[in-house]
Amino acid sequence: MTPAVLEVVDLSKAFGGVRAVQNVSFSVRPGELLAMIGPNGAGKTTCFNMLMGQIRPDAGAVRLKGRDIAGLPPHRIWRLGVGRTFQITATFSSMTVRENVQMALISHRHASRKLWRPAAETDSGQADALLDRVGMAEQGDRACSVLAYGDLKRVELAIALANDPDLLLMDEPTAGMAPRERIELMRLADEIVVERNIGVLFTEHDMDVVFAHAHRIMVLNRGELIAEGAPEAVRANEQVREIYLGSSVKTGETGEADAP
Amino acid sequence: MGEFVVTLLTGLSSAAALFLVASGLSIIFGVTRIVNFAHGSFYMLGAYIGVSAVHAVGGGAIGFWIAILIAAAAVGLIGVAMEVLLLRRIYRAPELFQLIATFGVILVIQDITLWIWGSEDLVGPRAPGFTGAVTILGQRLPEYDLVLIAVSPLVLAGLWLLFNRTRWGTLVRAATLDRQMVSALGVNQRWLFTGVLFLGSALAGLGGAIQLPKGGADLLMDFNIIAAAFVVVVVGGMGSIGGAFLAAMLIGLLQTFGIQIFPNSTLILMFLVMAVVLIFRPWGLLGQPEIPGHGVVEAPEAPLRPADRGLRIVGAAVLAVLLLLPVAHLIVPSLVGDFSLVLVIEIMIFVLFAAALHFIMGPGGMVSFGHAAFFGGGAYAAALLVKFAEAPMEIAFWAAPAGAALLAILFGWFCVRLTGVYFAMLTLAFAQIAWSIVFQWGEVTGGDDGILGTWPSDWASSRIAYYYMTVGFVVAGLLALRRILFAPFGYTLRAGRDSPLRAAAIGIDLKRHQWVAFTISGAFAGLAGALFVYSKGSVFPTAMEIARSFDALLMVLLGGVHSLTGPIVGATALTWLNDLFSELSYWRFLLGATIIGLVLLLPNGLVGLGETGFGRRLGAAPDREVPA
Repeated sequence: MTPAVLEVVDLSKAFGGVRAVQNVSFSVRPGELLAMIGPNGAGKTTCFNMLMGQIRPDAGAVRLKGRDIAGLPPHRIWRLGVGRTFQITATFSSMTVRENVQMALISHRHASRKLWRPAAETDSGQADALLDRVGMAEQGDRACSVLAYGDLKRVELAIALANDPDLLLMDEPTAGMAPRERIELMRLADEIVVERNIGVLFTEHDMDVVFAHAHRIMVLNRGELIAEGAPEAVRANEQVREIYLGSSVKTGETGEADAP
Repeated sequence: MGEFVVTLLTGLSSAAALFLVASGLSIIFGVTRIVNFAHGSFYMLGAYIGVSAVHAVGGGAIGFWIAILIAAAAVGLIGVAMEVLLLRRIYRAPELFQLIATFGVILVIQDITLWIWGSEDLVGPRAPGFTGAVTILGQRLPEYDLVLIAVSPLVLAGLWLLFNRTRWGTLVRAATLDRQMVSALGVNQRWLFTGVLFLGSALAGLGGAIQLPKGGADLLMDFNIIAAAFVVVVVGGMGSIGGAFLAAMLIGLLQTFGIQIFPNSTLILMFLVMAVVLIFRPWGLLGQPEIPGHGVVEAPEAPLRPADRGLRIVGAAVLAVLLLLPVAHLIVPSLVGDFSLVLVIEIMIFVLFAAALHFIMGPGGMVSFGHAAFFGGGAYAAALLVKFAEAPMEIAFWAAPAGAALLAILFGWFCVRLTGVYFAMLTLAFAQIAWSIVFQWGEVTGGDDGILGTWPSDWASSRIAYYYMTVGFVVAGLLALRRILFAPFGYTLRAGRDSPLRAAAIGIDLKRHQWVAFTISGAFAGLAGALFVYSKGSVFPTAMEIARSFDALLMVLLGGVHSLTGPIVGATALTWLNDLFSELSYWRFLLGATIIGLVLLLPNGLVGLGETGFGRRLGAAPDREVPA
């Protein structure tokens, strides 16, 4: 078996008295799409933010290719080969689509402090290649602020691929998209994973997307990992059925937002 | 021992006015998110109105206190007038525009005060019944100090009751946490804002009136208190009344004890305390990190594009006029007088200064309230070299940007740890400290008398030679700044402004870039300072006073912060207006009224005027694509 690209061991985080994430362990292998699901407030976003360095874990290890990255700031973690897309897209709104990707390439080459040569002339070919890969080549000159939301998600994907990551973290990749766009974006993710042998961890609310695309699924509830395995096994799991079909649906307990 | 106790009590009493002003500032900011620059003016008005009210009511045992309350209420009403007539109309404009508006109010109030009460300092009335002194452990302490010591905790308790025991106070606290939520709940925001403006302004007025028996009233009170109030708010924590109380006491004590230990450098102590607090608690003693909130969604800036043909033609034409002006001066001196050259030199200097500030403010998203520190810092770096080393211009001139850059490295290290309004207030506090060092350290800097004799070398000493030198440096500086903005560094700065989250997620160490940008900006401001000091032949502390920082801020904001041509247009317009008005009496009033008028008429800045059509053809404002 190939060694895991990401190994998480006993990750924990509490906010005040609330245990947002408790002793969660899992791993992601290259070329694998691992879905993290769970009801609102299960701890998915907290987990994600710890992996990317936005939040420092209270305990546990996060190993990227064998190296512990827990507690490193986000910009250092990215340099070690982790790409990220956000639940609500984060792009540079005062730049064109191409410039957004160029920015990531410039940063990758440690050229962000160059004061002279215009940025527009930097890495534009490579940026176009990445945009082409996500089907955005024609819109390279448009301002990011005017794109349709589905297109923004594609741009984010191109940005995330700019540093040739070994691991891609996608927080709700299809949130806010029309059904057809969802299918297309996830198909794209499938292809890219295979092409580049990237390990992908994603969270998702749309169960159709999860079961159609994830190679493995892990289920969080109240901060704990309650099930993990192939889609069929997770689908059959009693506890998971209970969470998704039982209490939460019956009582309508969905209003609680994910921990920050 | 007795001396210690009396000093302690004096410190606590001197903190009263500071606490009142800072708490009012904090309350207004909490709810309206407006940094009320005019708050110092309200403090000053409180003092002047207090004097008049005591005369009118009669300073009897009760009359004095009634007069003080009248002053506070009157200033509260002035605050309400500002809200209803001005702020209310521009709540939807970009946040920074409200700053300009309140700055306009400062100027207007300065001249109205001068007009009503005259330029003489007024001696404050004594408080009946508290005119003597008490003896504590063998040391004498004015009785009125005891009154002042009691005022702060009383006001603190009153505010606590107001905010925690009344429905209105609960709404104010709720609005401080989440304004949109409160309006979604059906609360009439207008009355809430108006009420908050009344309370905050009245506190400032009370502060000004209550210190009358000790300090009297003078025309410099507004700027003198505002920097200290900002320091108190930053140290205490934005929006925290308790924090303002603690910080005011701390600063008050520091100043009274500091005077005994370092007679010349009390403000440096203030700086040190603030620095230490901010290192360990970046959001102040009792403050909380700035919550991004739902935010006012500003229209996104259009992508940066190289100058199109229209702009190139305009630029070339302006440059041609600049280069030919001295020729015209030689041919027709009656039409283009010596004074025109002086004015253009001055305009060019401020264009460079404004462009340096715009560099961090526009693309960097870091609003500095204290950029005169670097302008004046540069000017003094050059002047000190001349004074103590008799350095020729060729050497001293380069010390200016270098010295300003060093200052920016020092200040920037603290400032870039903060964001938004915290950043802005900290820059202002630092600038004020730099100013006070220059002002207080007379042996070295000449204090108020400045440094004289900074004249250009022989080759540049004629007006025309210096004119060409200025134009050369300013044009080169503008092109360099522009070049940097188009280079990866400038893009990285904008990236950090657009989305700090995404910037970090593509490996950018944003704080470090911002620190470098702050330094670059400081260096160019210093270069402008060098041009300034050699054009005047002297430098005074006014080169780095708050008003100068605000001028630069105004130039950038009036020009339009989202355009690279904005600071150029803004600096030109404002310097020219300043010059036009300065020969008139009450020019501050005219300037302030003009500023307020512009804010009400042109919420996007002068360059925003271009978006209506005329300027777009000139390429002043980039075309915007309509969102899909």
